Amino acid sequence: MSLTYEEVVAKYEPVLGLEVHVELNTNSKMFCGCSTIFGAEPNTQTCPVCLALPGALPTVNEKAIESTIKIGLALNCSIAPFSRFARKNYFYPDMPKNFQISQYDEPICVNGYVDVEIETDEGPKVFRIEVERVHMEEDTGKSLHVGGATGRIHGAEYSLLDYNRAGIPLVEIVTKIVPGTGKYAPEVAKAYVAELRDILRSLGVSDVKMEQGSLRCDANVSLRLIGSDVLGTRSETKNVNSLRSVERAIRGEMIRHAERLNNGERVVQETRHFQEDTGLTRSGRSKEQAEDYRYFPEPDLVPVAPDAAWIEQLRAALPERPSIHRKRLQEQWAVPDKEMSAMINADVLDVVEATVALGADPAKARSWWLGEISRIANEKDVAIKNLPISATDVAEIVALVNAGELTDKLARQVVEGVIAGEGKPSAVIAIRGIKVVNDDSALMAAIERACSGQPETAQKVRDGHLPAAGALIGMVMKDTKGQADAAKVRALLLAHLGQSEG
Amino acid sequence: MIRNSASEMASKLASGEITSVALTQAHLDQISAVDKDVHAFLHVDTEGALAQAAAVDAKRKSGEKLSPLAGVPLALKDVMTQKGIPTTCGSKILEGWRPPYDSTVVVNLKKNDIVILGKTNMDEFAMGSSTENSAYGPTHNPWDLTRIPGGSGGGSAAALAAFEAPLAIGTDTGGSIRQPAAVTGTVGVKPTYGGVSRYGLVAFSSSLDQAGPCARTVLDAALLHEAIAGHDPKDSTSINAPVPAVVAAAKAGNVKGMKIGVVKELNGDGYQKGVRARFEESLELLAAAGAEIVEVSAPNFEYALAAYYLIAPSECSSNLARFDAMRYGLRVGDNDGASAESVMNLTREVGFGREVKRRIILGTYALSSGYYDAYYGSAQKVRTLITQDFNKAFEKADVLVSPTCPTTAFKIGEKANDPLAMYLNDIATIPVNMAGIGGMSLPSGVAEEDGLPVGFQIMSPVMKDDRMYSVGAALEAALLSKWGAPLLSTIPALAGSK
Repeated sequence: MSLTYEEVVAKYEPVLGLEVHVELNTNSKMFCGCSTIFGAEPNTQTCPVCLALPGALPTVNEKAIESTIKIGLALNCSIAPFSRFARKNYFYPDMPKNFQISQYDEPICVNGYVDVEIETDEGPKVFRIEVERVHMEEDTGKSLHVGGATGRIHGAEYSLLDYNRAGIPLVEIVTKIVPGTGKYAPEVAKAYVAELRDILRSLGVSDVKMEQGSLRCDANVSLRLIGSDVLGTRSETKNVNSLRSVERAIRGEMIRHAERLNNGERVVQETRHFQEDTGLTRSGRSKEQAEDYRYFPEPDLVPVAPDAAWIEQLRAALPERPSIHRKRLQEQWAVPDKEMSAMINADVLDVVEATVALGADPAKARSWWLGEISRIANEKDVAIKNLPISATDVAEIVALVNAGELTDKLARQVVEGVIAGEGKPSAVIAIRGIKVVNDDSALMAAIERACSGQPETAQKVRDGHLPAAGALIGMVMKDTKGQADAAKVRALLLAHLGQSEG
Repeated sequence: MIRNSASEMASKLASGEITSVALTQAHLDQISAVDKDVHAFLHVDTEGALAQAAAVDAKRKSGEKLSPLAGVPLALKDVMTQKGIPTTCGSKILEGWRPPYDSTVVVNLKKNDIVILGKTNMDEFAMGSSTENSAYGPTHNPWDLTRIPGGSGGGSAAALAAFEAPLAIGTDTGGSIRQPAAVTGTVGVKPTYGGVSRYGLVAFSSSLDQAGPCARTVLDAALLHEAIAGHDPKDSTSINAPVPAVVAAAKAGNVKGMKIGVVKELNGDGYQKGVRARFEESLELLAAAGAEIVEVSAPNFEYALAAYYLIAPSECSSNLARFDAMRYGLRVGDNDGASAESVMNLTREVGFGREVKRRIILGTYALSSGYYDAYYGSAQKVRTLITQDFNKAFEKADVLVSPTCPTTAFKIGEKANDPLAMYLNDIATIPVNMAGIGGMSLPSGVAEEDGLPVGFQIMSPVMKDDRMYSVGAALEAALLSKWGAPLLSTIPALAGSK
């Protein structure tokens, strides 16, 4: 029996739990000096420590501790004056030591929260997501299972191991259980991951690229009958690698759970793998019997005991919270909500802000990045930030348009040239020989602005009421800072509106 | 020449009386002559040692200022990595592995121009008290080839007693330097935990393992101690503080006014008669040298052995997980279509010996969920109590003393099938590791009943290692004047030894 989402949330309350893994962008690995650069030849970024050669010992990357403390502070956590690493023991070929150095019962950051705001039927509403812990650990190597249908170890002919990733610093951010989000659960989860991503980016501690795996989310979902306070059995959907997928995976799991429960079947406690193409999850590893990782304190590392004064320094240096920053920009720029969301969704807010900081008018900056440049990015199927055009370029183009040296149409050619790799705007103008051939074009633009600014007045002129043209001419003169020839403006304006001097 | 102490060899090298090449060759000759009987070495690096010796001689010739032990040969326990030199830890699972890096101890030895002769035999992964657990056959005690040389560092101690090397490196997790020193009539020191870097020491039990010097005299041990000790940023547990002035202490050998605490619990029942007699005699000599002898009590030491056999196996079960046939060492059962899991299982089955497996199983069990608190958790509490016992005792005394082991060397095979009896050998040495303090064993004569060497143990507080050298040097001097010659000069001649 197939259920609709509305039917599910009418009967059940979802309870969430989110675990986010973040790869830190430190130059070296968590416990050795090896490089962390993504995409190097397999097994070229290894040493005795991250290959777990006999006798090698880990030492803690101080920068990783600093980054983790910053994350904890930004998530309103308490920073433990004393925390320890622990060994998580299990055998797997891509884990060189056959134990992972992680943190267990003494994590470095505890008890924080993140507030996220989403649009509900009753208007904007803030949900508080409580953070249980933030801890440090190391990544494993990467296995590539060759042969077999699924790309998984079972059925593979052979496996290739790349230890470049082994020992990359990871931070795991674990929420407490999140009840009370009702039908908004998928959106709240998405907003939470988005907020985390923004915070981490503002801290400069991670690349936060979900598609490259530098930020990955495991979503725990369970359902209980509305009004019940007993938790249902959860499933854990692993490594969901886009914001949209977080939302889809949770929605899908809620429906799957509800269908099972309605059919009198039980939900199996297991990991699930999200499939981008279908939006469904498939069964992974059973968690019915808790695996025994035989955790114990890592004897090779001394406890982490950060200096209180240092923590306060880090706290004082925290950047403005992205959500607050966004609100402030929105007010300054007087942008409607919809436009603001459009910028955030297109991931252009930072670059628009940078363009404005270079002197461009907010509306112009926004329209270039959201309009022409986004269009080209879509066409080329690349991310906007990967296009070879910068805030400086756009600010320069906006200034040239304002100065009347480019029309909007010509400016688009310049943008196209910059993106095509022809150089800076000035170079593109020189190479392509772009210049305002018709001096009237700047005036025409001002006339168009005046007419669209006072459509009723323009209509009067169109209807033959010529004296009304005075108001429009005045606007054009003001717009062009008095530098235009008023007679010419009058002639052009009347022609534009289909009239001529009697 | 090989019967000299290391410091005597060093001064002859410095004066130009001998060359390092000649000295090294003399030791290599001795190894050729006696090691078929003693089996102290697993690997002799003839070429490397002579090359290193020639380089030191050249440096000396050019007038370069050299370190005190430059040109003196040394035997390295096979648990320390040395670049390009086979390192087996006495285990089949590492057969054929040549490390691509030097341990920090080896870096320091090379920096001090100490010539490395080769790698010495040991109980597999340092688990044992007799060197019988080596996968490559036992080492024999030069005092009596039918007896054990102690363990796990039996190879290093036997090499010293058989004059195959004047210096050696050992590692001590529960007594693996001191107990072999005791039963071979040599000197062995476990420095304060963190005093010598563990980087490149193949881990048995990380929180207990400590590398240290082995020699035939207290001063030699002190010279080697200073050469290998010091802070190492590659070892997080390495102590960032100056090395205690152990050479100065060994040279002065002054115990006047020092309070020496006899640990009540590490004496009496269970200790061999001749061992007790030698211990009492040493106390008298120290008192005569001006020390005050007091008695101290450490009531929690009775739990030390039990706690040790939970902590050490727990850590080893995790430390030895890396031997999985994936990246280095032995690989068994890698036939077409064999899974990684079956290759791992077969390799570990074939590659590890019985004692290692026993401890991995013990440790895996002790760390398991539901048992952790009762076993590993309780053992850690005992550890704290032992440390507190030591702290209290050190309020009353500057150093503590005891016999190093309850008995003299037993026969090879005698305790091989009785692990508990074997474990009891370390009853007096284990508390030192549990508390991370320093411990030394030096020869205090032979037991009347069997004519075998007896060790005297000195324990000093954290980073006060100089104190045990003061006491050790004073006792050594008193014993020497009593005996008229070093104890090892009375060792029965080995077949073929000079």
